[in-house]
Amino acid sequence: MIVCITAKGEGAEAAVEPRFGRAPYFIFADTDAGTFVSVKNELVDAAGGVGPRSAQVLVDHGATVLLTGQLGGNAATALKAAGIKVYSFGNAATVAQALEDYTQGDLSEIL
Amino acid sequence: MKIVVASGKGGTGKTTVSANLAYALARRGGVTLVDCDVEEPNLHLFFPGESEEKGVPVPVPAIDPERCTLCGECGHFCRYGALTVLKDRVLFFAELCHSCGGCLLVCPSGAVTEVGREVGVVNTSHPLPGLTLVSGVMHEGEVLAPKVVAAAKEAAGEEGRIVYDASPGVACPVIETLEGSDFCILVTESTPFGLHDLDLAVRAAAALGVPAGVVINRSDGEDETALTFCSEHDLPVLMTIPFDRGVAAVQNRGGLIARDLPGWEERFAELWVEVARRCEVRA
Ligand code: SF4
Ligand code: SF4
Repeated sequence: MIVCITAKGEGAEAAVEPRFGRAPYFIFADTDAGTFVSVKNELVDAAGGVGPRSAQVLVDHGATVLLTGQLGGNAATALKAAGIKVYSFGNAATVAQALEDYTQGDLSEIL
Repeated sequence: MKIVVASGKGGTGKTTVSANLAYALARRGGVTLVDCDVEEPNLHLFFPGESEEKGVPVPVPAIDPERCTLCGECGHFCRYGALTVLKDRVLFFAELCHSCGGCLLVCPSGAVTEVGREVGVVNTSHPLPGLTLVSGVMHEGEVLAPKVVAAAKEAAGEEGRIVYDASPGVACPVIETLEGSDFCILVTESTPFGLHDLDLAVRAAAALGVPAGVVINRSDGEDETALTFCSEHDLPVLMTIPFDRGVAAVQNRGGLIARDLPGWEERFAELWVEVARRCEVRA
């Protein structure tokens, strides 16, 4: 399963970023292989439509779960239509920790 | 002759100037007044009357699921996020679409066709003898203000005297309003605040090759800052409207000083003559 976590930097130890569409990085964790792929978000400074465009990035990377802080309306519509489940990473500070909390079933579903 | 009434920011009395100028011109052979502040048109409040409504459609994509191979090209092309290509279908967010037509061009399967979508309306009325009022009104939640401005300008035509009331600020709709106009009247207050915004508006007009002049509104008689700004930028001061009780009283009840106070109809007519003279000087 591919889990996407919004982050401020690259890698599993990066700090999480609460914004979805304007997160600097998307970290794709492959929970079966135990690998992390960091993708720089090209849309950080884009004028608009960042929500659906970010959702497209997730679809392209085959993510089925998203861990983030907050979501805009269009992003939510796109993610929902794509069948991607969204959880709030709550108090987790790093990507690895957010993923750990998710696997423990400690996160609340926001979409 | 087509002139724009603009201001660097809102609340400077731009609408007051357009409405009074139009009133004076309506009494002198006629005018078409165009409300280009499509997000918040308000000139109809000065000139109520029955209007005829026409929709403003823009082309947006329609995707044929039979032909679409879900290749993803359109979604990656669209820089506005209006298309998201999922595993089983393409999602379209109409309110994000800028009608660039790109998705139609990049689709390798010919799955995209264009359909019309209404983003606003243009209302035309004849509230006074000699006055045609054209108001662009953008639908709520839409982003394509310039398209509605363009439609309003088109409905007003090219003939005779035309006054465009621009939206406040210097964003895309104002640029669209300025495009192809002969002169720009910039309305400012005599306070130091707002000169920065006025500066932006001056530059926008200059960049489009539209000559400009200034009307100082709500003047308390101490206009040094504004006057210095104008002389530094080589801008003629076309008119000064004082902040006095009589003027304020008329404006507070939504009246027109050109109609309700003696002498003002003539002064607004002179403003037009002055603008016309400057356009000719240029030509
Ligand atoms: S017309 Fe342009 S803005 Fe609209 S969906 Fe197609 S690519 Fe995006
Ligand atoms: S480019 Fe054409 S074929 Fe490809 S996903 Fe878009 S509509 Fe479908």
